[in-house]
Amino acid sequence: MSVSNERVRVLRGREWARPVRPVRREVRGVTPELDEGRPPLLFVPGFGHGAWAFAEHWLEHAASRGFSAYAMSLRGHGGSDPAPEATLRAYTHDVVQVAASLPRQAVLVGHGAGALVVTHALARYPARAAVLVAPVLGGWSTAGVALRRNPAGTLPALFGGPLRLHRRQLFSRELPEAEARRHVARLGRAGRRAQWQLLSGRPAEPAVGRPPVLVVGSPDDRVVPPAALERAAGRYGSAPLLFPGMGHDLMLDARWREPIDAICDWLVKEPQRV
Amino acid sequence: MPPSTAHGRPDPETSTLDLSRDGRPVSDRGDTVCVIGAGASGLTAIKNLVEHGFGVDCYERETGVGGAWNWRHDRSPVYASTHLVSSRPLTQFPDFPMPDSWPDYPHHHQLLSYLERYTDHFDLRRHIWFGTEVVRVEPVDGDRWDVTTRSTGGYGPERTLRYAAVVVANGHNWSPKLPRYDGLEEFRGEVMHASSYKDPAQLRGKRVLVVGAGNTGCDIAVEAAQQASCCWHSTRRGYWYAPKYLLGRPVDQVNDLLLSLRLPLRLRQWLYHRMLRLTVGDPTRLGLPRPDHRIYEAHPIANSQLVHHVSHGQIAPVPDVARFHGGGVTLTDGREIEPELVVFATGYLPRFEFLDPGLLGDGDGSGRPRLWLHAFPPNQPTLAVAGLLQPDSGVFTLTHWQTVVFARLLQARLARPDRAAAFTARATAGAGERYAGKVTDSSRHWFEVRHVPYLRAVQRALDELGAR
Ligand SMILES: Cc1cc2nc3c(=O)[nH]c(=O)nc-3n(C[C@H](O)[C@H](O)[C@H](O)COP(=O)(O)OP(=O)(O)OC[C@H]3O[C@@H](n4cnc5c(N)ncnc54)[C@H](O)[C@@H]3O)c2cc1C
Ligand SMILES: NC(=O)c1ccc[n+]([C@@H]2O[C@H](COP(=O)([O-])OP(=O)(O)OC[C@H]3O[C@@H](n4cnc5c(N)ncnc54)[C@H](OP(=O)(O)O)[C@@H]3O)[C@@H](O)[C@H]2O)c1
Repeated sequence: MSVSNERVRVLRGREWARPVRPVRREVRGVTPELDEGRPPLLFVPGFGHGAWAFAEHWLEHAASRGFSAYAMSLRGHGGSDPAPEATLRAYTHDVVQVAASLPRQAVLVGHGAGALVVTHALARYPARAAVLVAPVLGGWSTAGVALRRNPAGTLPALFGGPLRLHRRQLFSRELPEAEARRHVARLGRAGRRAQWQLLSGRPAEPAVGRPPVLVVGSPDDRVVPPAALERAAGRYGSAPLLFPGMGHDLMLDARWREPIDAICDWLVKEPQRV
Repeated sequence: MPPSTAHGRPDPETSTLDLSRDGRPVSDRGDTVCVIGAGASGLTAIKNLVEHGFGVDCYERETGVGGAWNWRHDRSPVYASTHLVSSRPLTQFPDFPMPDSWPDYPHHHQLLSYLERYTDHFDLRRHIWFGTEVVRVEPVDGDRWDVTTRSTGGYGPERTLRYAAVVVANGHNWSPKLPRYDGLEEFRGEVMHASSYKDPAQLRGKRVLVVGAGNTGCDIAVEAAQQASCCWHSTRRGYWYAPKYLLGRPVDQVNDLLLSLRLPLRLRQWLYHRMLRLTVGDPTRLGLPRPDHRIYEAHPIANSQLVHHVSHGQIAPVPDVARFHGGGVTLTDGREIEPELVVFATGYLPRFEFLDPGLLGDGDGSGRPRLWLHAFPPNQPTLAVAGLLQPDSGVFTLTHWQTVVFARLLQARLARPDRAAAFTARATAGAGERYAGKVTDSSRHWFEVRHVPYLRAVQRALDELGAR
């Protein structure tokens, strides 16, 4: 599927007539000691995760690399207001709201299904660049993979129940078991409707301003298979940056430092618009 | 680029030097595009041109951004109590929303802070030369433009720079439209145009006559109802005074809900009339004249308080002014009233003193450019006007897309000259095209647009220019 040939949609009657209901959103930020004029990074967690997932390691590390770094929780997640009826559109609204509140044009970094939300947000906000980390971009194949890997945790989700991810899907064996359990215990769940839209939803409209997009993942991710990474990167005319031996949650796994360093390196090289 | 400050900036870097038609030196700015004005329309022009890869120099006669919404500007038409009439989702730029913690109808100081944040977020200040007025824009060979500027107020020397294209975004709500009346010179009371109205203290304790029922006239009449000792509101026709909320939602959102159901116009008009009848009631019962048009056939008024104050006797609706005399005013129904202060809220007129009107398709000097999409002049592939329209929605969304179309057109000139030529042929053939449906015969309606048919036409234009 090609993104660039799709047309921009100028008439947005639904968005005008039925704006998304506002909520209070959790945003955590770390700013570097010295402002080197780098664009701020906004980390968008996937379904079930909150800002906490990035506050663990990546926020501080990105700041130490000279980037103002922010992590948000989508509505119904982390410290944001509860929202059991949330839709993909509401999540997209949340991301665009936070991005526009930052002092400068931001880089959107989405993880898991948060990457899907980011691809939608890119159609409503001209990001400086985007990074899709272990992206779950939806469609029925997502469900297929999840069912095969973790039938008991996935099946209820297809019928509106919560999606339960297992720690072996999320982390490599390098991560101490206690730590893995601590993270899994913090997982929440996405809205029923949003979960459904993840499977059935329509593809994102074209990104405003054609920002450069980087796809990062692991060939050993037990949620996103390598072929899906290739497909995602292919949409943006590039190849994925791979970190073998890591689980789905690259920002929490034992070797969390490598991918965030690679992302910072890529951004420092001033990626051009595609 | 060096860090930007409002003043004392380095001049734009120029390459070759050429001579203008009258022999003055011209600095050539190459492929750079010139934007005139840093109000909402100019700002979105800069942002979208830069986003499409163009260099931009913007000239702004004031010392800050925001145009009309910057109340510090001497030409700003906003008064202390100005709130939006279009609700937030229909007003904001389509790719930079206002905070959703803001009210449905933000205050003008919030609009200024929104435009300032837009400027800083997209780092636009480095493209803007403040305190600099454009005094002349002249075409030169190769569809290029010589733009002459000087410091605002006429200090300092003039400079001329040559640009690849020009976006005119000078606004149209700053030059007052003042009707002429017999006897106005003899009138001993105070007379002002709404553009000089800033604060309700100006009305306090006076007998006030407000002329005109655009949104400005209605707002001022409401303030007079609360501050003045007596308020007459003179209109030359009856209007539909829509409240800001219908069925518990902002009225423009209800309207867009009806639009998204794709109901035919007549049915929407009937529904709207019913809703107004059931909520606001029959306006003629309160002494307001019966509207001489159906709803959607005039620039919309959104004001919940006007009818409220009429019903409380604090606003006396009166007909048009026939003439003035020393002590007062004679109305067209023969009545005499004696106001101490007359506020003309009779609107504004667009002005483009720096440009030959013929270039905007206004050959007979009527003051009404004849453009396609209200933005693109005939036979001028490198000239556009942004913001010269009066929508039934917010303005920013529309000017955003106007400037995106222009940026795509300039790109197509480089990559797809056939498409660019087809666009300009379309603009030439479509000059003066209207997107308002039927509207009342008023001097202010020549650039009225309904946002849905207008944006549909914009969508077609974008599609024809093709993907980037
Ligand atoms: C009282 C009032 C309320 C309004 N309420 C709404 C509303 O609710 N919703 C809505 O969408 N719109 C509203 N509007 C319309 C408003 O005009 C637009 O929202 C918006 O301000 C238009 O922006 P602009 O950039 O086109 O023009 P402006 O804001 O007028 O900006 C033009 C800029 O160009 C500069 N300029 C002009 N000539 C020159 C020159 N020769 N050289 C250099 N610089 C120059 C000016 O200094 C100014 O900064 C309202 C208008 C008024 C008067
Ligand atoms: N709160 C807000 O957000 C707000 C506030 C004010 C203005 N605005 C916007 O700003 C723009 C300008 O509004 P505006 O109200 O200043 O001007 P306007 O919309 O042009 O309204 C002018 C009013 O004066 C009347 N008029 C004009 N010439 C006249 C004459 N010779 N004799 C008698 N009456 C005459 C018009 O009557 P006709 O109907 O016969 O033409 C109309 O009622 C509009 O887009 C408006 O929506 C928004």
